[in-house]
Amino acid sequence: MGDSVEDIKKHVRTYVMVFVVLLFLTGVTVGISYVDMGHTMNIVLALVIATIKASLVAAYFMHLISEKKLIYYTLLIAALFFIGLMFLPTGQSLDPIHL
Amino acid sequence: MLIPYTVKPRPDTGLINSKLGIWLFLASEVMLFGALFSSYILLRVNSVDWPVGSTILSVPIAAFNTVVLISSSITVIMAWASLKMGNLSKGRMYILITFLLGLTFMCVKAYEYNTKFHHGLFPSESTFMAIYFTLTGLHGLHVLGGMIVFAYFWGPGAKMWKTEPEHFTNRIEIVGLYWHFVDLVWIFLFPVLYLL
Amino acid sequence: MSQSDHHDEHANEHPKLGFWQAYVFSTDHKVIGIQYGLTALVFLFFGFCLMMLMRWQLAYPGQALPIFGSLFSDATMPGGVMLPEFYNSLGAMHGTIMVFLGVVPLAVGAFGNFVVPLQIGAPDMAFPKLNMASYWSFFAGGVVMLYSFMAPGGAANSGWTSYPPLSDIATAGQTYWLIGMIFLITSSLLGSVNFIVTIIQLRVEGLTYMRMPFFVWAQLVTAFLLLLAFPPLEAAGVMQLMDRLADTSFFLPTGLVVTGDALQVSGGGSPLLWQHLFWFLAHPEVYVLILPAMGIVAEIIANNSRKPLFGYKSAVYSLIFLGFMSFIVWAHHMFLTGMGTTISAFFQTTTMIISIPSVVILTVFFISLWGGRIRFNTCMLFALGFLPMFGIGGLTGLPLGLSAADIPLHDTYYVIGHFHYVVAPGTLLALFAGIYYWFPKATGRIMNEFWGKVHFWGSIVCMNMIFFPMLIQGLAGVSRRLYDGGASYEFAEPVLHYNAAMSHAAWLLAVFQLPFIINFFYSIWKGKQVDRNPWQSTTMEWEAPSPPPHGNFDTPPVAYRGPYEYSVPGAEKDYTPQCEAAEV
Ligand code: HEM
Ligand SMILES: [Cu+2]
Repeated sequence: MGDSVEDIKKHVRTYVMVFVVLLFLTGVTVGISYVDMGHTMNIVLALVIATIKASLVAAYFMHLISEKKLIYYTLLIAALFFIGLMFLPTGQSLDPIHL
Repeated sequence: MLIPYTVKPRPDTGLINSKLGIWLFLASEVMLFGALFSSYILLRVNSVDWPVGSTILSVPIAAFNTVVLISSSITVIMAWASLKMGNLSKGRMYILITFLLGLTFMCVKAYEYNTKFHHGLFPSESTFMAIYFTLTGLHGLHVLGGMIVFAYFWGPGAKMWKTEPEHFTNRIEIVGLYWHFVDLVWIFLFPVLYLL
Repeated sequence: MSQSDHHDEHANEHPKLGFWQAYVFSTDHKVIGIQYGLTALVFLFFGFCLMMLMRWQLAYPGQALPIFGSLFSDATMPGGVMLPEFYNSLGAMHGTIMVFLGVVPLAVGAFGNFVVPLQIGAPDMAFPKLNMASYWSFFAGGVVMLYSFMAPGGAANSGWTSYPPLSDIATAGQTYWLIGMIFLITSSLLGSVNFIVTIIQLRVEGLTYMRMPFFVWAQLVTAFLLLLAFPPLEAAGVMQLMDRLADTSFFLPTGLVVTGDALQVSGGGSPLLWQHLFWFLAHPEVYVLILPAMGIVAEIIANNSRKPLFGYKSAVYSLIFLGFMSFIVWAHHMFLTGMGTTISAFFQTTTMIISIPSVVILTVFFISLWGGRIRFNTCMLFALGFLPMFGIGGLTGLPLGLSAADIPLHDTYYVIGHFHYVVAPGTLLALFAGIYYWFPKATGRIMNEFWGKVHFWGSIVCMNMIFFPMLIQGLAGVSRRLYDGGASYEFAEPVLHYNAAMSHAAWLLAVFQLPFIINFFYSIWKGKQVDRNPWQSTTMEWEAPSPPPHGNFDTPPVAYRGPYEYSVPGAEKDYTPQCEAAEV
């Protein structure tokens, strides 16, 4: 990523655009939460939008879109373990033994 | 004795020490909040009845707080960009705004907690309230931590600019990364707790 | 620094620090390492004392403890007879202290801090102040844990695993335990960030990843385990604190009845959630206990067999694979919780898979001995002792990893035998080996060989006398947390006589630590002085003066070769240091 004053000014424009999109998406989440589309659909949509927002923050505000390889590797490892962690609830709910 | 690569990146990794450090720290934070989300799922899946957040919690207040936090993310980026362009006073102004936005967030949070307590809704009320207070409380502590750091860099920490402007700019970038992460957690907390 | 044979001018460049800054609130990795080491040794000794008390009760249930018994209060040992509650506290705190305040701080905090920057040629850790903070956070955690013995109802008494619902309703000591743990976790997190950044960023010129000593690799993988496995326990700790202090029910199911009364809580929680989160940490944690030990053993074996480590690369890849796998085996501790067969099958499979890299590493060590000119000095004896002991520990783990075999074995003394074989005669022997090996670097003096050997033979024999009968008792079905050691069960009768013998061996083990303690302190001041590289080793820590000054090296070293170039054909010495430039 370039670090000259021109570059940074360009970046700032991107940041502001991302900011506006984030505000808009916040509005959308709140909006659709009032529309009943079935329980599952509501959950899925809310999480999808949250994921999009989070990705925008990570990609642009946290510069992940142009980071060094080492950071990607680190996050890849964390992501793997995170996925493991998310499977933790299945330990209790997948075909439990009923006595 | 000088520790290498505190300001200039190491050639083969392209990173300064603190940049790698903060990302590692954030990775561990992902696991911390991840564990709580995972617990949330487990408790919810196994519950008999789970309330819809919006019937108990106030969505407009939380939506307002989301906007506050997103705004503080953009101000901290502006602080860094200003410093990068060599403008300390503008940078400090943005740091101050970020701090104040953090403060706003916390005040709103305090108000929210207070109304819950007034209605007799304590963590012991239900598993939902328990996880609500734990998640938002822990997140609040993170906001508080960030605010303390911003206060420091706005005040005494800014002296570093005179001697090592580049180092100071890096520090703002690092704390900025942390701050964005706190924002990112909230982006998930908001729908999970308030809307679903 | 005056003891150093090699006088170096660089030491004079640094302004003299006052006593507090140089020895107490120091940011020098070596001082912090030594602080960690001494504190951890004190805790190991303390945890050992707790165990010796328990062994009295197991050998002679209900009898008054002579002499020492009168030192205890009426709330713990009235008339010298141990109360069941106190026995439970001793058990829980023995486990906690040994694992979190003894072995991990010694293996990671002490050896990691002292040796890693030296082995990679760095002047210090990447974040010296953070390093100091992590030591003091560890210290605070230790103080809280010790203080909890004074809490009403005594220290935590729900086992080192703190399973709810018992721990949720236990006496105040449990709250201290949780707070202590949060300090310890914070310390580990700060430390692990520091280690990873140091190893990745501060490697000296020429030291590529595949030229790093195996010990550094072990510390790197360990740091990742600490970094990513501890936060879930922190989350669980916070939830248990909420349960205890804010009356939430994260871990309390609906309709729980305690001593005849229904508990007045909202319910709806899950006790198994704690177990999942706890073991999500604690299985990687057992690798945190073993990997640094393997690292130490690798260094010492290569050095004393005067041969390169056989299969260095496969050992490194095994290490990394082990690190990944250790995150997906946790539920093998939970086969008896009513988990479904699908999940059981998954975790059995991963558990079997994870033993493969362990075996690869062990094999690497064994084959490295083949054809070597082995020097049987004290540190080598300890390292060699590690090999079969870890072997027994690992092999006894396999039946536990298969759910059908685990059903009768779970929660018996067999499990205790299994993990003590890996941690006590395994890891602890390796840690002792490390102390004997790096002592000259830290002090410029060498420890006495004769008393070192007495220490070794005494320790390994006693340890086996303590832990092997545990396997037998466990196979006979004796449960692991019995106040009377099984005396009230008829089926335990045939194996009951082991109890007294095991206890005697435990006390004898204490006696055999005396030569070590005396040797250690005597050698600090009076030991034989040696030069920088008394073991004729190749790795870079031996290039620095002994003890290394603040900033470590006279001139920053450069790595020209791999870490274990011993007995290179054609070379004039039988070792070629990593930072010796190739002759052209
Ligand atoms: C190499 C292969 C290994 C296998 C297959 C294995 C397997 C197991 C299994 C299945 C259990 C649970 C037993 C039960 O509770 O019923 C267990 C317990 C345990 N293992 Fe291992 N293990 C291995 C290595 C290790 C190592 C290297 C360490 C530590 C350095 C270790 C430390 C422990 C501890 C501390 C426990 C007991 C925890 C408790 O219940 O208090 N194990 N092991
Ligand atoms: Cu395990």
